[in-house]
Formats: sequence, structure tokens, C-alpha cells
Amino acid sequence: MDVIIEIDDLVSEYKKEDRLEPVRAVNHVSLKLRRGSFTAIIGRNGSGKSTLAKNINALLLPSSGAVYVKGLNTADPEKLWEIRQCVGMVFQNPDNQLVSAVVEDDVAFGPENLGVPPDEIRKRVDESLLSVNMYEQRKKAPHLLSGGQKQRIAIAGVIAMRPECIVLDEPTAMLDPQGRKEVMEIIGKLHREGITILLITHFMEEAAKADRVVILDEGRVVLDGTPAEVFRHREEIRAVGLDVPFAVELAHRLRKRGLEIPENIISTEEMVDYIACRLK
Amino acid sequence: MQVEVKNLTHIYSEGTPYESVALTDVSFEIGEGEFVGIIGHTGSGKSTLIQHLNGLLKPKSGKILVDGVDITGKDVKMSDIRRKIGLVFQYPEYQLFEETVRKDVAFGPLNLGLAQEEAEKRAEEAIRLVGLDYEEIADRSPFELSGGQKRRVAIAGVLAMQPELLILDEPTAGLDPKAHADVLDMIVRIHETSKNSIILVSHNMGDIARLSDKVLVMDRGRLILTGTPSEVFRQAELLESLGLALPPPAQMMRDLRAAGVPVSADILTIEEAEEELYRLLTAAKTDN
Repeated sequence: MDVIIEIDDLVSEYKKEDRLEPVRAVNHVSLKLRRGSFTAIIGRNGSGKSTLAKNINALLLPSSGAVYVKGLNTADPEKLWEIRQCVGMVFQNPDNQLVSAVVEDDVAFGPENLGVPPDEIRKRVDESLLSVNMYEQRKKAPHLLSGGQKQRIAIAGVIAMRPECIVLDEPTAMLDPQGRKEVMEIIGKLHREGITILLITHFMEEAAKADRVVILDEGRVVLDGTPAEVFRHREEIRAVGLDVPFAVELAHRLRKRGLEIPENIISTEEMVDYIACRLK
Repeated sequence: MQVEVKNLTHIYSEGTPYESVALTDVSFEIGEGEFVGIIGHTGSGKSTLIQHLNGLLKPKSGKILVDGVDITGKDVKMSDIRRKIGLVFQYPEYQLFEETVRKDVAFGPLNLGLAQEEAEKRAEEAIRLVGLDYEEIADRSPFELSGGQKRRVAIAGVLAMQPELLILDEPTAGLDPKAHADVLDMIVRIHETSKNSIILVSHNMGDIARLSDKVLVMDRGRLILTGTPSEVFRQAELLESLGLALPPPAQMMRDLRAAGVPVSADILTIEEAEEELYRLLTAAKTDN
């Protein structure tokens, strides 16, 4: 397996002002992400998802264990730039990530910081904006755009740094359904172009689009597999305060009433195809 | 309490180059104890509309009658409006500021001029109503609570003013599924316990369909559609053209009809979808 990110027995702790004992946010997690894969991480607020994400591009360093990006140890300060260039991060609130008054300046900020030559920056900015369908808006002020558009600008800013992997921490949480759809389409497209995607989300329907789902609870991995494998464990998922996609829940209810519905149905499309097929 | 909104129009930054019409001729009514859902994409005017309802914004033209009194009038006291109409903003937990949960929740009633004792009594009631353990939490700092708990404390702060109309702007945004379900259960409990009217602004069509008596659909500052959830969500093409979705069960039924399966067009909840599919699939079984 061509591994791009390896998390090896990671423990991540942080200090809280009013407590002597550190809080353990990530508790002995080991994961390997294959190059070009699309992994979704789900878990309750406080389950350690964001802490895990921040360990991947060295925004946080392991308390014990290690994280390797393309074989580079994130704890090695000499490799910091190389690691951050390889792994781009997108956060929940687009307003906290945009720095410039003009869209294309904002996208240029990352490559400028990397010392990319001006001609090359121009090229990368245009390509990145085209790739998130925001080229037409390149001269606009970010604050006049919708939430979904702003989030796509934030993604363009990351793409312009030519990362091999993008970690997105609840990128759709603050968006309306239209904005969520736009951002999910861009994520799918980047994945098809070969970028490794790690998506943290509270929306089960989004997680169902990944090729691997990892469920975290209290800093530990409780389930890990394809969406069909993971969402089959309805009871365990509910026990950790999460939900299953609508189609999975509906299939479960029908099964309970004695109907046979295949276990691998997780999306509305799959359910519709199955029922249409069966009734014809 | 009866609320009548009549021909409300609002213009932002009037007379400047940034002038934009945020609301155009919006009219609707909210009956005693009614649960109203408002949907519309970002920028459709939902937030502008609800800020008029508790006097934070004044309209360019139009009226808002609360029990017959126009609250857009000049001589109306804001404290009278806010005693009756409580507004919970998006991410209200960012507005917590006091040292203890008890003090934070009592801040509103104290500001309304209530005596300390009465304010604390109301704070206690409100904290219990949002489903938190009063004894356990009252003297803790609101900042050391979990995200879902903080949000409930912030909502309690508005409830402590005992509004007859409670407006919630996306109260579940950013919460995980469990916290989301907890906050919704809480809203239902508040509605049943205090018999107040509720306006829920949400992007979650499933929640809107399940809870609302009446749904308002906003687009570009206009009220496009008003009706019961089944009346509104039957207009799938219109909603789609406005960038809005159907509740997941309704969407699945729509896709099934498109695939030639004769399912009812009136299905909004998972329970209804389950019944419909059970009926169809068992009928198919006996045919074979």
C-alpha cells in the first residue's frame, strides 16, 4: 500500500487552565491513509477529531506516538515546511481563513509564502480558482460572497500550494444546503484528481460519500471500514451519539418488519435503485 | 399572542452605493401557540426578518402588530417588546459572558427590571427547562461546559425572560447528531410546557417538516410560499429552483416516483416512508 500519512499510536494531550491533569484528546490512535484515498472521520463534539487533524500537519505535535507525512516525522522541525506543503488544512469558518480584500490575492497568499516565482503564482491562482469554479469572482471582495463561495476560496488557497493531501475540518458546518453541496462537489472532484482527502464531518450523508469511514469516540477509533461496513453497525453508532444515513435507518426499519433489504445500501440512490428494481 | 406582519420592507444602507433591498413586502401571521418554520438559503432575508420581530431593525415601511400594537412605532418601549419576544441568535454560546451559569441566565430578567429573587427564580426554571441539572451546573463557569451545554445555557438566558414568542435562528448549527437531537427535543419540550409560539429558522428540512405547523419560504427578501409542511414540500420543483432541498424521506419518494414507482407525494417523515415502502414491498411479494 502506498501510504501518504501514517499515524502511529498517537496520544495527544493538552492542558486546561483549571486542571492539573492534562486532557487526553486522542488516545492511542493508529491509522494509515493510502495515497489518493478519501477518508471521512466522524465523532461527537469532543471526540478528538479536530485534535487528530491538527496533528497531521504539525499544528499540534504528539504527546506520544508519532505522525509521518510521506515518511517525514511531524516532530522534526526541519521538515515542517515540507509537511505543511504536502498537507493543506481547511477549517469550519471561512471567515477565519480569508486574509485579503480581493479573492485572487487571498489565493496567492499561500504560494507567495512558499516563495513561488510570480509567473508561477499567477498560473497557480488561476488554475486553483478554475478548479473550485470561482474564477469569475476572482476580482471580488471575499466578504461579499456567500458562505459556500468563501469556503471554496479557502480551498482554492490550499490547492494553490499544490498539496498532495487536504484535511478538511467540518468545512460545511456553517453553510446552507446549497453551499454544502457546492463544497462537497469540489471535494469529490479533488479526490478524483488524485488528491488524498481527509474529511471531518457531522453529516453522515457526507461521510457516506467517502471510500473509508473512521468513527472516533473519546479519542479512540471505534469503527473503521468502508461506509457499507461501518454503517451496518447502527446500534454502536447510536451508542456513541452519532446517527446513520437516512437510507440505512429506513432499511433497518424495514428489515425489522421482516423484509429483506441488502446490507450494502447506504445512500438514497442505492435504496431507490433497489426498490425500483424489485417492484418492476 | 397574535403577531401580524404587514407589508414589511427593509433596505440596507439606503442612499449609499451599497444600498440593497433586504425585504420586500413581506406579510404573514403567527397565531397563539403556533410553531412556524422559516427556510431559505443564506442571504434570503430570514435573519433580517426575525431581527425586525424583536425591534432590532426598523422597517422602511410596513407594520408588525403584536396583539394589535404596532411595534415599529416610535413610542414603543423596546423592553416591552423584548419581554414578549425572545430572539436566540446563531451560535448564541458566543454571547455567554458571566462568571457562573446562574448569573448569565439571570442577566436578562434583571435587565428587564425584575427583583434579584424573581430573576434567580426564573433563571432556575429556565435552566431546568433546557434540560440541564440546575444543582450541578448553576455555580459553574459557562465556559467550561461542552458545546451543546453552552448553547442550552444561552437559550435559557432568553427563556428566563419568559417570551410569548421564542425565535431561534439555526439553533442546531454545528452540533453533532446527539446534541442536535437533544436541542430539538428541548425545543419541543419548551413549546409544550410554556405554550408559547415558536419561530424556528433552519436549513434542516427534516426538522422543519416534522415540527412546524406552518412553513415560510424566503427568497431574495420575498416571502415566496406559506403553508403547512405538506403543502410546502409538495412544491419540489419550486424549492429546487430556490436552491432548497426536500426532507430526505420526501426526496427519496420523489426519486422513486421519477423511477416509476407509484409512491404517495405526501410523505415527509421516516415513519411515513417506512409505512409506504412496507405496503408496496409486501404487496409485491404476494403478487409474486
